[in-house]
Amino acid sequence: MSERVVLLVGTKKGAFIFEGNPERGAWKERGPFCETWPINHVVADDAGTIYAGGGNAWFGPAVWKSTDMGETWTHSSAGLAYGEGVEPISSVWSLAARNGRLYAGVQPAGLFESEDGGETWRHVEGLTNHPTRAEWTPGGAGLILHAIIPHPQDERRMWVGISSVGVFYTGDGGETWEPRNRGTRNDYAPEDQRYPEFGQCVHSIAMAPGMPDRLYQQNHCGMYRSDDGGQTWQSIEKGLPSTFGFPSAAHPRDAETLYLMPLNGDQVGRYVPDGKAAVWRTRDGGVHWQAMRAGLPQENAYFGVLRQAMATDRLDPAGIYFGTSDGTLYASTDEGEHWTAIAAHLPLIHSVETMAVGA
Amino acid sequence: MANDQSPLPRNDAAAGGAVTVHLPAVLIRLFPAAERDVGLNAATVDELVDGLDARWPGMRDCICDSTPAIRRHINVFVDGRRTVLDDLVAPGAEVYIFTAMSGG
Repeated sequence: MSERVVLLVGTKKGAFIFEGNPERGAWKERGPFCETWPINHVVADDAGTIYAGGGNAWFGPAVWKSTDMGETWTHSSAGLAYGEGVEPISSVWSLAARNGRLYAGVQPAGLFESEDGGETWRHVEGLTNHPTRAEWTPGGAGLILHAIIPHPQDERRMWVGISSVGVFYTGDGGETWEPRNRGTRNDYAPEDQRYPEFGQCVHSIAMAPGMPDRLYQQNHCGMYRSDDGGQTWQSIEKGLPSTFGFPSAAHPRDAETLYLMPLNGDQVGRYVPDGKAAVWRTRDGGVHWQAMRAGLPQENAYFGVLRQAMATDRLDPAGIYFGTSDGTLYASTDEGEHWTAIAAHLPLIHSVETMAVGA
Repeated sequence: MANDQSPLPRNDAAAGGAVTVHLPAVLIRLFPAAERDVGLNAATVDELVDGLDARWPGMRDCICDSTPAIRRHINVFVDGRRTVLDDLVAPGAEVYIFTAMSGG
């Protein structure tokens, strides 16, 4: 049986699943799932179990789970809570699976882990107990832990991204954490305070394949690359149309290739520059950039793409997928050279991830 | 003398009386095994929520947050009065749990 790509899409009104044929076409759409809850992130683990994290204004946060490709779902929020008197968790914003363990990032920002497939959760207190915690201030959408990047082999190592707080790293399984933001910028501070230890607004982090210490970052204020696990960051924004954007997606095999979707700016509408959509690709680690536009709208396009709404698959040539604020899902099956809208009229898309089936 | 609507204060530790709780359809969709109309014993709203959670694990988290308090966009009416977790529930009370318009 040929490997097929499945797209896992989180939206403002539920999770959606798209299954393609072996040629990555003829996409079949199913959903909305999870009782049309706002779903911020949908991922799959190595066993093919699908998890959807979100939050409902009535009922609070939950992680939904399906073991049958979305036909049926259960949900749990057991243990997804801070102590009494602390601002309660309102939503799950990010999920990651590694070696049988699940991680959930929440709002207000914090990290939880589960060792039983999402049935029960344990607070990773080391991050919340960081000495800087009292100074964390929310970003435009809230104080949110929206990026979880586990080291693929070393279970002690992980990076997380928190809006308006920055990148934090643990090398001891979550017991202790340190900010890793040196070289990333906060433009909304006096000039001599623009490179603080924390407080930068990281939007997304992508890890290069086969090089876990090569990280890319799309920030509110710039695009960056690190070759030392985030200890230092260098700007790679030269050649891009703006310094503002949300998602980033690494190539499945080439550490030097990255995909970004810069928007026109944070104070001028946050849509694709000049109303013309492009995914920007680098093949040399951010030194040079190329606008990939074929098949994307080149006039009157006023949508944005949110921080978790772009992903790659692992086929060759690589497929890239992104979902927009106007509910359109785009796909490329040739490394970004050409694009096709494969679904429209979805609710606002929060996230796009891929999984492989039938391998 | 006007009829006092307040529940009688409790001055003993006896178990709560039997009450009827009516759950909203949208909550039943999250707990398909749950019933719309539930009979259980409770002396306070807090105990009532615990009683629901004992039958359908996880339901408490949908009704209350970790403050602990009834969730901001959930209303629990006991005999027509909107309540908080600590409020008493009289034996025979009719309890309605509603999702608030504000959460929609």
